[in-house]
Amino acid sequence: MTHFKARVLVSLRPSVLDPAGEAAKAAANRLGVEGVKQLRIGKCIELELEASDELEARSRLEFLADRLLANPVIEDWTLEILSGSSI
Amino acid sequence: MSIGVVVFPGSNCDRDVQWATQGCLGLSTRYLWHESRDLSGLDAVVLPGGFSYGDYLRCGAIARFAPVLESLVDFVDQGGRVLGICNGFQVLTEMGLLPGVLTRNRGLHFLCQTVDLTVASSRTSWFRGFDKGDVLTLPIAHGEGRYQCSEETLRRLEDEDSIALRYSQNPNGSVADIAGVTNSAGNVLGLMPHPERACDPLLGGIDGQIILKALLG
Repeated sequence: MTHFKARVLVSLRPSVLDPAGEAAKAAANRLGVEGVKQLRIGKCIELELEASDELEARSRLEFLADRLLANPVIEDWTLEILSGSSI
Repeated sequence: MSIGVVVFPGSNCDRDVQWATQGCLGLSTRYLWHESRDLSGLDAVVLPGGFSYGDYLRCGAIARFAPVLESLVDFVDQGGRVLGICNGFQVLTEMGLLPGVLTRNRGLHFLCQTVDLTVASSRTSWFRGFDKGDVLTLPIAHGEGRYQCSEETLRRLEDEDSIALRYSQNPNGSVADIAGVTNSAGNVLGLMPHPERACDPLLGGIDGQIILKALLG
């Protein structure tokens, strides 16, 4: 078995309004940071799991991201496998 | 004839619903703990408002996996009537029993106010006695009530006449002013407003009664 560390980044689809992101963008301007043209807020989910190989880990994580961590109606996700070490 | 009200950890309108259905309307009502799978003897199920499982991840995302909702899928297939109010509506969309999703209000604020709603469809029996275009007045109380769906889904909702309620003045940025939708079969209704809070004249209105009465036909 291999112990994998992974990260799922969940972001709002481009067509979906992000009012929290808009508010943060306005605050960035008030802070005096110039030139912020776009600010959208997503989620970063860090996971560790054990699987026989990376293919297996990837397939389980993709299922998890698609069915639980993100809602495909409004969100996109990307999966990064950060490391794998044998145990 | 009996109604079940699902109780999730974090539900906070379950007792209000029971007060309205049993107390105000005299309809037999029992609670359904989220771990129960027993929907026997029920004609209708209400998913109440609140913050099921803390609304962690997304509103309704964790509740979707509750044992009671596994039974609910069969219940819906067999034609049982299901009403999702506020958080209950969010749960129904996460389950896929209703299309779309509820997102953070456009103005970011939690909205707690009374709103006018237009009955957008008379296809189902949820608004008996009301015609398309009639106005209902009900309270809303939500931070995440902005209905979102793809353009394709919106077209389908319109084509099959499944938009049940629209805000007369859109408070939260929902697409097409949508406040409530039904499924294709018409036995599942999800809405953001709280009919159970409008069942006693002392509380400012009784327009909610029509929807709760419709639970039992």
